[in-house]
Amino acid sequence: MTLNNIQLDNNGRLKHFLTTEGLSKNLLLDILNHAESFVSVGNRAVKKVPLLRGTTIVNLFFEPSTRTRTTFELAAKRLSADVLNINIAQSSASKGESLQDTLQTLEAMHCDMFVVRHGSSGAAHFIAKNVSPGTRIINAGDGNHAHPTQAMIDMFTIRRHKPDFSSLKIAIVGDILHSRVARSEIHALTTLGVNEVRVIAPRTLLPAQVETLGVHVFHDLGKGLEDVDVIIMLRLQRERMRSALLPSELEYFYSYGLTEEKLRFAKDDAIVMHPGPINRGVEIDTQIADGKRSVILQQVSHGIAIRMAVMAMCMGSLAELSEEQS
Amino acid sequence: MSTEKHNIDQILVDMQDRLCAFLDESDITEPLLIGIHTGGLWVAEHIRQTLGINSPLGELNIAFYRDDFSRIGIHPHVTPSSLPFDIEDRHILLIDDVLHTGRTIRAAMNEIFDYGRPASISLAVLIDRSGRELPIHANVIGKRLELKATEHVKLLGPEPLALEFK
Repeated sequence: MTLNNIQLDNNGRLKHFLTTEGLSKNLLLDILNHAESFVSVGNRAVKKVPLLRGTTIVNLFFEPSTRTRTTFELAAKRLSADVLNINIAQSSASKGESLQDTLQTLEAMHCDMFVVRHGSSGAAHFIAKNVSPGTRIINAGDGNHAHPTQAMIDMFTIRRHKPDFSSLKIAIVGDILHSRVARSEIHALTTLGVNEVRVIAPRTLLPAQVETLGVHVFHDLGKGLEDVDVIIMLRLQRERMRSALLPSELEYFYSYGLTEEKLRFAKDDAIVMHPGPINRGVEIDTQIADGKRSVILQQVSHGIAIRMAVMAMCMGSLAELSEEQS
Repeated sequence: MSTEKHNIDQILVDMQDRLCAFLDESDITEPLLIGIHTGGLWVAEHIRQTLGINSPLGELNIAFYRDDFSRIGIHPHVTPSSLPFDIEDRHILLIDDVLHTGRTIRAAMNEIFDYGRPASISLAVLIDRSGRELPIHANVIGKRLELKATEHVKLLGPEPLALEFK
């Protein structure tokens, strides 16, 4: 419970965005609706609104990332915030400074929001618990735990193609075990009330007791894809191959790679998603990734609007804090 | 609270007459109409129909440009702004229901300039009430009202349009 409550202020508004777990359906829909309003900003001559003028947002990345960091940066800039990118691999952390010390140093510079990516599960929660009350935290991926903004991007993309969540069958395919995106998606999808969430993976790439999250488990790709509306492919984390969880990439592609032939099991109008980066020829055939059913590049564009929505909502909840203090 | 005190149809007719006169004087032949969410949109749509203007209506939701974000946070249900035309070098007719402090109009003008550089912006309002906090005035006014700071007037609609006083 403590993990979830820390995300909300006394009025139930979003304060930190750490995980999709435990948030209400209405709050998730609020994020999607706000994002919808921010999409139009990107189509104008001046792609900026003055909402967060005077606010400083720090992208605190302990793990390398290109698309997540750049879309967070673009989102912050389109809200007129000042953005600071801190790549920890090149900073004091490599000199032995603790996470707590790094944070205190940055807080002393009066930053208003930290967007945090960290290799350890729970890092964003730890930071949210330890920052001063006026500082907001957004989780941009922590270990195997959560990647809530990516999950909301995918919810947004699904809703744009298939507006009624309650009728949908959705399959998540691949390395569920190591995927923070998959976990955040499962929580979001079940909260939004989709008809059925399936996970399709070899036994070695599924977390223990994954069924308790409210999903149906399949080990056969063809069977799992039968009649689904949305297919979410996950990146096979090649570095895991060394830990002998899989025989070979080729064999994985044969059993779990999405090809034209496998896609036929899904509904005729099913869409194919992938949070990126893609391993072509490992989890997905190049023709599918670039094909007409693929919405992968739309996911990237939606990333900016979703991140604008979440940043604006978290910063907006500060309004109440200043009233309480006055 | 009362809704009976003013004849809304008469105010709309007066506003339209003055608007036509203003456009004539200013030599504006094809203005682009932009209504401010939500009351301004109703008035703008009414004007568009009675004046027989063919070009689509622009909708402005100034929530992202308000100056009170740091006081009240993000507005709960923001319908996106939509200007379905190119405003570059065009004459804009900005329409709102009630002109009060002038802050909404300032925010609206800021937003319009993020879409391009119009030739001009004119302001037409149904009600011009006292209480201005910025140096902004309307070019066309349906009715002027002197109200105390504690008194409020609001347009109800869209069908039928009515004024509510509190």
